[in-house]
Amino acid sequence: MPALAKYMLRRLAQLLPVALIIVLCSYMLLRMAPGDMVDVMAGESGSATPEYMAQLREQFDLNAPGYVLFGRYLNNLAHLDLGYSFRNNMQVAELIAQRVPATLTLMLVAVVIAAVLGISLGAVSARYRGRWLDEVISTLSTIGFATPVFWVGLLLIVVFSINLRWLPSAGMQTIGGVDGFWPSLLDRLRYMALPALSLSFFYLSIYVRMTRSAMLEVYGLDYVRTARAKGISELCIAVRHVLRNALLPLVTITGLQLGSLMGGSIVVETVFSWPGLGRLAFDAVFQRDINLLLGIFLCSSFLVILMNLLVDLLYAMLDPRIEIRS
Amino acid sequence: MNRIKSIMRARSMLLGLIILALICVAALSANLIYPADPFDIVARANLWPGSPGYPLGTDMLGRDMTSGMLHAARISLIVGVGAAGLSVALGTLIGVVSGYFGGWVDDCLMRLTELFQTMPSFLFAILLVVILQPSIGSIVFAIGITSWPQISRLVRAEAMRVRQQDFVSAALTMGIQHPAIIWRHILPNSLAPVIVAASILIAQAILTEASLSFLGLGDPSVISWGSMVGAGRSSLRTAWYMTAVPGAAIFLAVMGFMYLGNGLNDLLNPRTEVR
Repeated sequence: MPALAKYMLRRLAQLLPVALIIVLCSYMLLRMAPGDMVDVMAGESGSATPEYMAQLREQFDLNAPGYVLFGRYLNNLAHLDLGYSFRNNMQVAELIAQRVPATLTLMLVAVVIAAVLGISLGAVSARYRGRWLDEVISTLSTIGFATPVFWVGLLLIVVFSINLRWLPSAGMQTIGGVDGFWPSLLDRLRYMALPALSLSFFYLSIYVRMTRSAMLEVYGLDYVRTARAKGISELCIAVRHVLRNALLPLVTITGLQLGSLMGGSIVVETVFSWPGLGRLAFDAVFQRDINLLLGIFLCSSFLVILMNLLVDLLYAMLDPRIEIRS
Repeated sequence: MNRIKSIMRARSMLLGLIILALICVAALSANLIYPADPFDIVARANLWPGSPGYPLGTDMLGRDMTSGMLHAARISLIVGVGAAGLSVALGTLIGVVSGYFGGWVDDCLMRLTELFQTMPSFLFAILLVVILQPSIGSIVFAIGITSWPQISRLVRAEAMRVRQQDFVSAALTMGIQHPAIIWRHILPNSLAPVIVAASILIAQAILTEASLSFLGLGDPSVISWGSMVGAGRSSLRTAWYMTAVPGAAIFLAVMGFMYLGNGLNDLLNPRTEVR
C-alpha cells in the first residue's frame, strides 16, 4: 500500500521535530544537573584529587564549547549509546532494553482492561442517561478519577494479598519460574492481576466519561431517530448505530493518554516491584543516577511517539472517511 | 425533572465546597492545635487510630498521625493551587497569543503544546525535581510546567472565536495596539472555561504532588500526605491504617476540587446540559 506508506512517512516527518526537541530538552537537563561525568566517576571511585579530575576532563574533552558537546551527544544517541550507568555497572541502553517488555505488557493489559470495561460502562451510562444507573456509574468514575494510583495499589495489596491471600503482591512471576506452558501462563496472570487492575483504574474512568459523552452526541443525530422509527431494538441501536460511531474519538484519547499512562506505570511498578522501566526509574531517582533517568525519559518519549504513530494508523484504518493522501 | 437536576448539581457543588472548607480549616488550624513539629516523636509507635489522645494513631516511629495529617493539608493546598496557578498563567499566555495571532506563531506554539502533551510528563516532572533538588518551589515548577497544554488549547479556541468578533475589528481600526486588545478584549472574554479547568487542574496537581512525594521526591523538610503513604507502605502488613488514612485525605481533597469544577461548569456553561 504505497499511499499508506507515504502517510506514515509524512507523520514520521511531523514527529521528527518533536523527537529532536525532546532530545534537546534532555540534553539541557543533563547540563543543568549538578556535577558532570567526571564528578560521578570521582564519586564512585571514592577518592580523586582536583588535578586528576581536571586531567580526566581534559581526556574526555569536556571543556569543549556547548555545541560540540551537544553534537557529540546527538552522535552518541544515533549510535544508541545512552551513556553508562556507573551505579549498575552497565550500559544504560542495555539496562533499558531489558525492562521495556515488562512495561509494555503491563500498559497494554491495563489499557485493554480499561477500554473494555470503560466502554461497556460508558455505553450503559449513556443508554440510561439521567437514571439512577447513570448516576451510579458517573459517581464511580469520578471516584476512579480522584483516587491516587499508588493508593489503589496498596489497598488492593491489603485486601487481596495480605487478608485474602489470593494474589501475589510483588514481582512478575514465581521466583525460579513454573514448569509447563499453561501453569506458567497462569502464574504470570496471577502476578499481573493487581498491577494491571490498579493502573487501569484511572483510565477506566476516562473511558467511561468519553464513551458516555461521545455516545450522547451520536444519540442526538438524525439517523438514530430513523433507526428508532424503523423499529430497530434499543440494544441494536445502542451497539451497532451509536457505539460504533462513538468509538473513533476514543482511539484519539488512547493516543493522548499514552504519556500519562507511562507516568502511572512508574508509580504502579514501584508499588508492585514490577521489573519494568518505571521501577528502573524509581531506582535511578533513589540513586540520583541522572544518566539513567535521562535515558529512560528519552526511551519512553520515543515509545510514546511510536505508539502514537500506531494509533494514527489504526485511526486511518478504522475510519474510511479519512483519506490517506500523499 | 429539571429542578431535581439543578438541585442535584447544587448539591454536588455544595459537597465540594464543604470538603474544601474542612480541608482549609484543617490546614489553617494545624499550627494552633499542634504547634509542635509533626516530625517529633511523641508516643509509642504503631498506636492504632482511636487510641486515647491520638485520634488517628501514631506511625512506626511514634509520630502523631493527626498532627501530620493537618500539617500536610497545607502542603497539598499550596502545591495544588501554586502549580495550577503557574500552568494557568503559562497556558493562558501561550493560548491567547497563538489564538489571536494565528499563522506561523500559532503553528509553532501548537507544536510546542503537542510536544508537552506527547512526552511522558510525569517522568519529566520527576527529572526536573531531581535536578532542581526537591523543594516546594521545584515541585510547583515541575507540575506547573508540565500541565499547561490543556489550558492553552482551551484559551486558544476561545481567543480564535473572540478574534472574529466585530468589537475586535473595531478596536483594530481605531489603531489600538495588539497587547492592549489582547488584555482588554480577548482575555476577559476567553477566561470562563479556564475557571472550570483550573479547578480540575488543582485536583490533578494534588494527585501529582502526592505521587511525587510517594516516590520519595517530596520536600524533605515538610510532611505531606503522599510521603506519609510512602512511609507507611513498609508497615502495610501490620498497620494498613498508616497508608489508608493519608490516602483517603488525598482522595477527599481531589474529590472536593472535582466537585467544585463540575459545579462551576454547570454554572458557567449552562448550554452543555440543554440537550
